[in-house]
Order: sequence, then C-alpha cells, then structure tokens
Amino acid sequence: MGSKKPAISRRAFVAGGTTAMTAIASGLAGASPSFVEQMLRQRFVELSPEDLERITSEMERDYLQKYGKECNVGTSKAQPGVLFGYALDLSRCVGCRRCVYACVNENNQSRDPQIHWIRVLQMDKEKGIELTESDPYYDPELVPEPDSFYMPVACMQCRNPPCVKVCPVEATWQEPDGIVVIDYDWCIGCRCCMSACPYGARHFNWAEPTVASEELNPDMHYLGNRVRPKGVVEKCTFCIHRVREGRYPACVEICPVGARKFGNLLDEEGEIRYLMREKRVFVLKEDLNTQPKFYYFYAT
Amino acid sequence: MSERPDKTDPQLLPGWSSLVILLSLFAVISGGVMVAILRGEEAHVTPDTGGVHAHGPADFPEIEFDVQLPSAVVEAVGSEQAGGFNVPPPPFSEDGIFPCSDCHVDLDVDPEPRELMMHEQIQINHGPKDRWCLDCHNADDRDHLRLANGTLVGFDESYKLCGQCHGTIFRDWREGIHGRRQGYWNGAKSYLLCAHCHDPHAPAFKPIKPLPPPVRPRFLASGASAEQTDAAPATGQEH
Amino acid sequence: MARRIFQFVTGSARLMFQGGWAYHVWMTILTFLVLSGILAYGRQLRDGLIVTNMRDQVSWAFYIGNFTFLVGVAAAAVLLVIPAYVYNWKPIREIAIFGELLAISAIVMCLLFVTVDIGRPDRAWHLLPFIGNLNLPASLLGWDVVVLNAYLVLNLTIVLHFLYSAYHRQPYKAKFVVPLLLLSIPAAVSIHTVTAFVYAGMASRPFWNASILAPRFLASAFCSGPAILLILFQVLNRTTNIKIKDEAIWKIAELMSYAMFINLFLFGAEIFKEYYSDTHHLIHTRYLYSGVHGHDALVPFAWASIICSVVAFVLFLLPATRRNWFTLNLGCLLIYAGVYIEKGLALVIPGMTPDTLGEFYEYVPTLTEVRVGAGIFSIGFMVFTVLCKIAIPLIQGTHDAPARSAPAEGSVAAV
Repeated sequence: MGSKKPAISRRAFVAGGTTAMTAIASGLAGASPSFVEQMLRQRFVELSPEDLERITSEMERDYLQKYGKECNVGTSKAQPGVLFGYALDLSRCVGCRRCVYACVNENNQSRDPQIHWIRVLQMDKEKGIELTESDPYYDPELVPEPDSFYMPVACMQCRNPPCVKVCPVEATWQEPDGIVVIDYDWCIGCRCCMSACPYGARHFNWAEPTVASEELNPDMHYLGNRVRPKGVVEKCTFCIHRVREGRYPACVEICPVGARKFGNLLDEEGEIRYLMREKRVFVLKEDLNTQPKFYYFYAT
Repeated sequence: MSERPDKTDPQLLPGWSSLVILLSLFAVISGGVMVAILRGEEAHVTPDTGGVHAHGPADFPEIEFDVQLPSAVVEAVGSEQAGGFNVPPPPFSEDGIFPCSDCHVDLDVDPEPRELMMHEQIQINHGPKDRWCLDCHNADDRDHLRLANGTLVGFDESYKLCGQCHGTIFRDWREGIHGRRQGYWNGAKSYLLCAHCHDPHAPAFKPIKPLPPPVRPRFLASGASAEQTDAAPATGQEH
Repeated sequence: MARRIFQFVTGSARLMFQGGWAYHVWMTILTFLVLSGILAYGRQLRDGLIVTNMRDQVSWAFYIGNFTFLVGVAAAAVLLVIPAYVYNWKPIREIAIFGELLAISAIVMCLLFVTVDIGRPDRAWHLLPFIGNLNLPASLLGWDVVVLNAYLVLNLTIVLHFLYSAYHRQPYKAKFVVPLLLLSIPAAVSIHTVTAFVYAGMASRPFWNASILAPRFLASAFCSGPAILLILFQVLNRTTNIKIKDEAIWKIAELMSYAMFINLFLFGAEIFKEYYSDTHHLIHTRYLYSGVHGHDALVPFAWASIICSVVAFVLFLLPATRRNWFTLNLGCLLIYAGVYIEKGLALVIPGMTPDTLGEFYEYVPTLTEVRVGAGIFSIGFMVFTVLCKIAIPLIQGTHDAPARSAPAEGSVAAV
C-alpha cells in the first residue's frame, strides 16, 4: 500500500525474514522450526522447487509419525494440452452413493466432523431439476425409487470460477489443466468462496479433521488430498493426484452403472467430446455464466 | 424550546427519565429475546429420512472402494499398448460351467419353446413374452451365440448379439459412454461386457440398497460414530 | 515534540481513570463481558468454528451480520460531518467529533468481528498487501480490508489531532484537518459501498445479487448510526457541562427520517420486484416474511423490523413527536432495533437459506457466538466511553494542561 518502491524484492524480504524469525524462535522458545515455518510459509505458487521438496518431505515425516504410514505428497504439474472435463449420465445414476464414499476414501476427508465432497440430490421425475424440492438425505430401502431420479453434485471446475474471483488472498486458483485448486496453507478461512460458489461445492473444516490411520490414502498431492488443517476450505479436485498420472478419478471407477465419464476436453476423439457431439449436454445454473466443465447428459 | 435544567435540579425531566426507562426496557427485551433464541426448541419438521449419524467408508467393509486394476492394464500403461483395452472373461467362463458343449454335445436338440428341466433357475424376462433360449443361443453349437443372419460369435464377443437390437447403446458402449470403465483416461482401460453387468436373461437392474445420506448440519458436531445413541441435540445449546 | 506527545498520552490516560461511580460500574460491567468474550473465543480457537452453529449450508451468520451492521454505524458519522463542515451549520459542528469517535469504535468492532469469524486468524497477515498477498482488484473483500483500515486511520488522525491540540490548548490546524474531514465523507460512503458490493457481487446468492443493495445499505446506515449519538448527546447534556443544542439533536433526527424514508422506499422497491416477478428467487424473501415448508424462525423478527422502522420513521418525521423527548428516544431505539435486525439477521441468513442446493438449514447462534459478540460489543462500548471520557474535558478545556501549553483561548469546540 505504500508509495515507496521496496529496495529488496518481496520474496527475498519474506524469505530472509522467515529464516531470521525461525532461527530466533527456535533459539529462544525452543519452538520447532517447522511450526514457525508453517506459520510464515509462502504461497504454493511462490515456492521454489527446493522449498517444495523440503516442505513435502517434512509433511511425509509428519504423516509417518502421526499415522504410521509411508506417504507421498506429490506436486505434479499440469500436463500441456490437457483440459479436464467430466460428464454425468442422469439416465443411469441410481443414487447408490458409492461415489460419495469412494471419494471420501480416496481423498482423506475428515470423518468426524463429516465432510463429503459429492452430494447426491434426489429429485422428482415429474418436477424435473428443481433444487428447492430436492432431497440429499434420502434413505429408502432400495434405490432407484420409481418416481425419482438422482443428480450428484460436486465442484464444477468452472471456467469462470466465482470462488477464485472473490478470494481475498488468492488461496484458490485455476490450474492450466482446468482444476480449481486450494493452497490449504494459504487459506485464511474467511469462507467468502463458499458464499460465492453457486453449487455448494466448497466445504469447510469446522474442527480439526480426523482420519483413522488405516483409512488414510498415502498417495497424496499438495493441492489435492493431503490431510487438511483445521479452519480451511476444501473441495473436489478431480482426484488431482490420480488424473495427473493419467488415472480416472475414484468416483468414475467406483460407479457401478457407469454413469460417470471423464476425459480431456481438448481431445476430439475422447469420451467427453464424443458425448458432447452425440448427446445433449447441459450444465447447472447456466445463466450464472460460470461455464462449468462438469456436464450432465441423458444417454437414453 | 424547553430549557435545559442544570445538574443541580433535583427534578428529573420526562426526557431523562424516559430515556433511562426506555434503555432499560430495550436491554431487558433484547436480553429476553436472546435467551429465548438460545434456549429455543427446534420448531421445524423433524427429519423422517436419514442424516442423523455420520458414516464413513469404513462402515461398509463389504464394498471395495480401492478399485484394483487388472494387471494387464497396469502393465499396458507406458508400453505401446497404452491405448489398449482390456476386458475380463465373460461370466461363467471360469468356474467349470463353460464350455457348454461338455454336456450339450451328447444331448438332443429340441427347438420347441418350452419350460426347461435343467437351467430352470434362469427366468427369462427380456423383451417380448415369447422370447426363449434359442433366440440367442445357437442350437447346434452351445459354445457360441447366433446372430440374426446366422453368424456365430463367441461369448467374449456377445456384445455383437446385444448390439443387434440395442444399437444405440452398443455404439455408446463402444465409445465408452455406456458402461463402467476403469484405468487411464489417456491410456489403457479395462471395460466390461454387457453380460458382466446385465444378466442377459433378465437384464433390468435390481434396485440396490443405497449407502447412507450425509449427516445433517445440525448433527454435524454430534460425533461421527454410527454406534452413538440417537440423542438429537437442541439447537443453540453448546455442544 | 515527543515530549508533548508523551504528555498528551499520559494526560489522556489520567483522564480515563477519573470518573464517578456510574462510570466505574459501567466499565466494570463491560470488562466482565469482555473477559467472558475472550474466554469464549479461546474455546473457539481451541475447538474450531464448530462451536458456532455455522455450517457449510449457512457459512456466514452472526459474526458477519454484526460486522455488516457496524460498518453501517461507522459510515453514519458522515451524517454529522456533512452538515457541520460542508454547510457550516454551527450547532452540529461542535459535536461532530463525537461522530468520529463513534466511527472509530464501530470500525474497531468491525475488525474484531471479522477476525473472530475467519478460520485461521494466525494467517491474517496474508491480507497485508506487501507481505502477504491481497487480491486486488478482483476481490471485494480485499477492497474492504483496504477501505476499512484507511477509514480507521483517517478518523484516528482527525480525532488525535483535535484532542492533541485541545490538550495543549492550541487551535487545531484547520488546513490540515478540514480536508481530512471532507475526505471522510467519500471514505464513509466507500466503506459501506464496498461492504455492500461484497454481497451484491455474488451471483450465487440471488437474495443479495441486486444493484439496490448498496443504496439500501447506505440508507439504513444513515438511519441507525446517529440514533446512538442522539442518545449519547442527551446523556452528555445531563451528566456533563457540555451543552448540545436541542436544534442540533432535532436536525439530526430530521435527517434520519429522510434517510429512513429512502430506506423504506428502496425496501418497497425490492419487495415489489420479488413478489411481482415471482421467480425462483422469491423463495428467500418468502422464507423471511412468511416461512417456507414450515421453516419460519425468522418471520417474527422480519416483521418486527418493518414495524419498528415504519413507526420510527413516523416518529421522526412529525415535528411534534420529533421534539418530544419520549417519542424521540423511543424512535431511536426502534430504529436501532429495526436496522439491526434488517442488516444483521434479515440480510445474511435469508441470503443463505435455502442454500445453493435448495436445503433449508435454520441457523440460530450458539451461546459461544453470543458471548464473543457481546465481548466485542463491550470492547466497542469501552473504546467509545474512554474516547468520550478523554474528549469531553479536552473539548471543554477543563483538563489540567501541562505548563508549557499555550494559554486557553477558548475551547476547540468553539472554533
């Protein structure tokens, strides 16, 4: 905000300050360097490869100590020529919710308090897509119920994401391959993004998240499914740790009726582009111009 | 304009005392409202559907959430077969039932539609009422299926038979839009034959038991364990 | 120079501790409430925001509602500054400083309410423009950080200069202060406009996504803020030697009635648009005023707010009731209650109920939230009380000035 130009670069200033403070803190108070370092850590996009390496190694050490599991916190970048798209077949979804729990299993969401990234809405066939009449808490003996259809909702990975626009500290941004990610160590927990998201796709860690060691997925990504701290926002990342290695997201693979489709929007021969040509896709709340990359369609 | 009294005047003017009274009333009313809100019972409808307890994937040990890819897919990735497709063997092919000719080579062929004595557990509920076995199965060679023009196809290519009637679905399935696929979106995939999901004799999916709904927000802080007793917390109370 | 500043600080501190029994009782009650709030906040820091009743479905509630209301109160100091310095209206000019003091207290409360609402207060430094990363120009919340702090600094500068000059019995530097005072007018408008834009810019919340929101915020702010000051002026008239003219009080009440008229008109415009167009978005307004599907917890409050506002409008509009002290004070309290409910409760909650996926989660605050809120309000009251406690003797010139100060040339207020 000041009008003077700084004599040293901001990164150098903060990096130097961080080092100095870390040294002082560990010397004076016996505080561990990693605690102070975590408080003063810079944004993910500003970390050097060496910093990233050091930080992820520390995380893996912490997880080993806390959970007793060898973890890998990846930092893979977006591949060029890739823009991820998703399509969900509303004529097939039966509302079994296996995708919901497969996602929890894959992405280390807190079990208590519970966080689900996917929410399946039960809707009335005769009313169509009517959100205020939908019910996410359906619990019949068997699904699908004859008068209902089911619509799972998660992050739409919008091309024009309102959550990215409103974040006061740029803790969330869109990666080149189209995934909207969150830097959990930069988020201040103001929840402005949650107000701005039209799809209720973002979730907050209201308390310290808990995951049992035996349920922890050790294959993690810094911007994806690593264990989140208290007081930050999280959401679906298209299983960034899987898709950047070429795998399908967990929800796509678990769906017993094959209602979920995933692929590269830039690949004209790919599944998503094919179904855009052959079926009619639509998006939720299209008038808000968020331009989601998560489409719905009816195959039959 | 009324004159202002000076401070020594013992008489309170209506202005001052009314202010004091009004402020006190305001404080009391606000306090009362706040207390009423905090102690209030929930007035709206109690849930008749789920969402009281929080469940996690560990509550369903019968479901394997970590999908294991077939080794062929895993090996194909990175090799020239990276774009390849892998399909598991057709149903019944590996538990001693196939090849059918083991029994049928010695049996007479009776093309008359009738109720069978063997295979009586198979109920046919696929299309028109007079559909029967030899519409699809090949009478002379039970190890193959028969297309409309007489061509024989193996059970590992049964989709050609299904695709005769279900052409649009067959095209979708061929492109990966219909049916479940696992593996690599940019590489080797494992897919399934029609018969892996749809029982060809009664193809309609049976309804299944859904996994539980998410916990409702007012129960979020009550604890995740499904074994906890069903005590609904009063809203507004401290947890 | 430093010595004079030091004298000012210690002199002010001495003034702070001098007072009658009512003053000390008041400060003791406030201190108790502040301590209670600090303990409650400690619990929130330890266990996380789950100790509130905010959930994913209603992720902004009591804290942000209070924040929004208090930004309005802070902006309302302008109502005193405009007539005082732009139109040079003497009876208000001598008391305009109290508006600044109220603005400072309100901004302090605003900043505190935001701090207790965020999930990671240890990361608040991320909002600093150079050291952290403030997302300007895209993020309205980022702009809010800038304008709120700028407004605070502006008001502090003006007030400290006034008090410092008054302490040393010097005339204040008009050339320095008056431009700042005039600057505080657009600054006050900006803080509430930016806060309104935070809400109005969200397409995901159709209840907020209206261009009328910023004008409504300003109109309701100009109603509610001065209500506190009118009560204060009567207290000052009664308990100190400061004489605030009745005309000043009545003029402020008259201006408030005009602001309330605009507020009611804009409210009427919103109601027309919602009910006549009868789109999907009506469900939020219906939830507020008649309840939906049995969810009707807010309905009595919404109607109480309308009734309070309309009655207060009439009381302030009619000169007879405006000049009667009983009805004037009644009007002040009704306006305060009406706008508090309208900005605090009836803005944030219906905007999020039903949520983006159509779910109705009926939010009520927890005891922890109320304790923290009461603590913050008490801090605000304490700041305001202390500032008034220092300012009043200084303005009147009845304090013990240090030996080196210029001889009294009359009070600052007379300038």
